[in-house]
Amino acid sequence: MKPINEMSVSFPSCSANESFSRAAIASFAAQLDPTIDELSDIKTAVSEAVTNCIVHAYRNTIGIIYITCKLYENGRISIRIRDKGCGIEDIEQAMQPLFSTSEDEERAGLGFAVMESFMDVLRVTSKPGQGTSVTMSKTIQRRRTEKNH
Amino acid sequence: MGVRLILREGEMTAVLSGEIDHHSAREIRGAIDEAASKVKPKLLTLDFSGVQFMDSSGVGLIMGRCKLLQIWGGSVRIANLQPKIEKIVSLAGLNQLCSIVKDVKIHEAN
Repeated sequence: MKPINEMSVSFPSCSANESFSRAAIASFAAQLDPTIDELSDIKTAVSEAVTNCIVHAYRNTIGIIYITCKLYENGRISIRIRDKGCGIEDIEQAMQPLFSTSEDEERAGLGFAVMESFMDVLRVTSKPGQGTSVTMSKTIQRRRTEKNH
Repeated sequence: MGVRLILREGEMTAVLSGEIDHHSAREIRGAIDEAASKVKPKLLTLDFSGVQFMDSSGVGLIMGRCKLLQIWGGSVRIANLQPKIEKIVSLAGLNQLCSIVKDVKIHEAN
């Protein structure tokens, strides 16, 4: 299926860009007329993925985070968040709730669990030393439009 | 993002506002820990009524404060969560770690 609209944005992995990235995606997703709850789910999932890039992929360094976002006719939004950081050795282990490699900072280890439960589909691919790509999508429920005229 | 601390009769309240993510959590954590380590309150209330957004960094923030307060036998309660934040709090199972209360009136220190 061809997207009806798409956008991409890239930015350095400074933590100040966490709020920028989720606001940018939320603003683009607004075209699908999501509910406040759906928008909040998307923002939270994006925030988790971007934070992973900053805290893990580019730990102790600054690299570029690439986001591509596509909207489809049936109300689906697909978001791909990619980095060229350290990569993940064991994706299955990384996705376990409460697992975190970050000990110096207080990480709950819930990033992937949140993405998984707040979005419909989550796919993670990674190559150690080359980077990680997280693709997630959610179908925005069509609301019955009440016409007053 | 902001945090305002209120001390009253050995209890501490942190009134949080704005969005809590990995970026803002650092500052909030610093402010709370600095004051709490001196005062060693028996109860720390985290008031979320002014928080519009929170990701799992906020969960880490709450878990970390629970651990800190445990050092001197204190406890943490989280108050006034907005519905969209409740979802992540329940996903994290924070109700097993601290008490969650609604409609708590935060009294300003006189």
